[in-house]
Amino acid sequence: MKRYIDFYLASMKISILEQIQYSVANYFYMIGMITEPVIYLVVWTTIAKQQGGSAGGYTVGAFAAYYIIWTLVRNMNIVFTPYGWEWRIREGRLSMELMRPIHPIHGDVAFFAGWKFVVILLWLPLAAILSWIFRPTFDIRWMEVIVFALAIWGAYLIRTMLLSLLGMITFWTTRVSAIFELYFGLELILSGRLVPMTIMPAWVQSLSNYLPFKWTFFFPIEVLVGNMTDAQLWSGICMQALWVGSGILILNLIWGFAIKQYSAVGG
Amino acid sequence: MTPAISVSKLSKHYKVPEREGGMKAAVASLFNRKYRTVKAVDDISFSIEPGEIVGFLGPNGAGKTTTLKVLSGLLHPTEGMVNVIGYEPTKRSHDYLRQVALVMGNRNQLSWDLPAIDSFELQRAIYSIPASEFKKTRDDFIDLLELKDLVNKPIRNLSLGERMKMEIVGALLHRPKVLFLDEPTIGLDVTMQRRIRAFIKEYNQRWGATVLLTSHYMADVEALCKRVIVIHHGQTLFDGELSRLVTQFSSFKTLGVTLPNPEADLSQYGEVLTRDGARVTLRVAKSKTSQVTANLLSDLQVDDLTVEDTPIDDVIDSVFTSTEEAK
Repeated sequence: MKRYIDFYLASMKISILEQIQYSVANYFYMIGMITEPVIYLVVWTTIAKQQGGSAGGYTVGAFAAYYIIWTLVRNMNIVFTPYGWEWRIREGRLSMELMRPIHPIHGDVAFFAGWKFVVILLWLPLAAILSWIFRPTFDIRWMEVIVFALAIWGAYLIRTMLLSLLGMITFWTTRVSAIFELYFGLELILSGRLVPMTIMPAWVQSLSNYLPFKWTFFFPIEVLVGNMTDAQLWSGICMQALWVGSGILILNLIWGFAIKQYSAVGG
Repeated sequence: MTPAISVSKLSKHYKVPEREGGMKAAVASLFNRKYRTVKAVDDISFSIEPGEIVGFLGPNGAGKTTTLKVLSGLLHPTEGMVNVIGYEPTKRSHDYLRQVALVMGNRNQLSWDLPAIDSFELQRAIYSIPASEFKKTRDDFIDLLELKDLVNKPIRNLSLGERMKMEIVGALLHRPKVLFLDEPTIGLDVTMQRRIRAFIKEYNQRWGATVLLTSHYMADVEALCKRVIVIHHGQTLFDGELSRLVTQFSSFKTLGVTLPNPEADLSQYGEVLTRDGARVTLRVAKSKTSQVTANLLSDLQVDDLTVEDTPIDDVIDSVFTSTEEAK
């Protein structure tokens, strides 16, 4: 265990140092990233205003709160993508990672976790500007802050497992972009990324209960924006833990097959 | 003594899709895909003693890198047995990975944007190297490769040779017992190649490490390896001392003659290979070397004369050529 803690700390430090090298580029990247939620926000606040101040149970201020928290959750949700898997196999980098006495996915989790600390710092002024423009309404309890702090990392781990599983398809074929696009389409609709899940049709909401997507977007946002009881908050964390645990199990199972398939084509 | 590396009847075959060019063949391949089996490595066996440095030679596509990847645990063999320092590499046990290193000349594992000194810290954590041992090894390597002024510069600002030296330091910080070196000097200038060679030799002597080296630069092989294994089309052509390779596959010697008369015709003495001003090099059958040398000295006014074995590059080339012709 001590070995893993040491590795995670060292890897996160490297990641933070790398991000600091490119802090300006990172900032522009984040500014670019808020375009998507700002579009959603403008559309939904317009609809809410036309409907007398609320839509689907969300007031204008609640929509603003949802999409401002969205920007942080989205950044926390950035993980090593399947395109990255393609790249590292093609470039031979995976071969070098496989030579280390530590699973490459630990490397991915640690590296992006370090990146998150920089992202959170960069996000704070952006959130302040967005709040000043869109006037969100929050009613936050301490318990919600604590659960949110856990939920954003839970979301990060669930998405890491999901995209690593998708990325591992590249062990069998190095051209799987179409499958990735299908995944991203499903995620957009079933996660709360496009709109809060409560605005979606009932059947979409039911379907999302059986899938991991909403625990990566909707749940962490709702922790701060919604009005969940303590029991609902903690059962949400348990659901996240369940999805992470399932992801680890499936990932280990498939990894066993995948590694035998590895052809080290890129070097 | 138990061999450090033992390979028995190793084969690695790939099934690759193939089709003829053109639209018709492309559409047909959607319904009836044809495959061809490529024998990257085909039934090779060898063993290497602890502390040996062995050159693994062959033309591009001979199966050298595939063999190294099987030995390092990256690839599963199709057939055969492989054992490295008592481990089965395909099991990829962490204990095994802690004791080996694969260095590929054109692959980087250090962070591009950071000084190497930061990336070395990550290597320490990956291999759980005790802090004092890490510091000593790192500083020793930095001294040996004269990197003191470079370790604090971002990797992206270093030259290719400097980067390669850093990569080697990073790869060996955990003091592996077995090194798989795949073209470690590729693309480097002569001085840098020499430095890296000297470092590998020093590492081998100091830690008793076993080294399996592939290189297209024969200077690497001559400087480091007493023994070579030559493979071609996935099969072993030769396994033995480098000097025996020269004896076995080269039936010629190279004579260098410097004459006051640069126009002299020497074709009657042997095959003229090069003519550079007054200096002429001749290829002469080994059995006739003494006779030709005596004739040259008696027939002509000679300023200088040298007799050398055929350069190892030419010997290797003749090994591959003779195999191709025999097919």
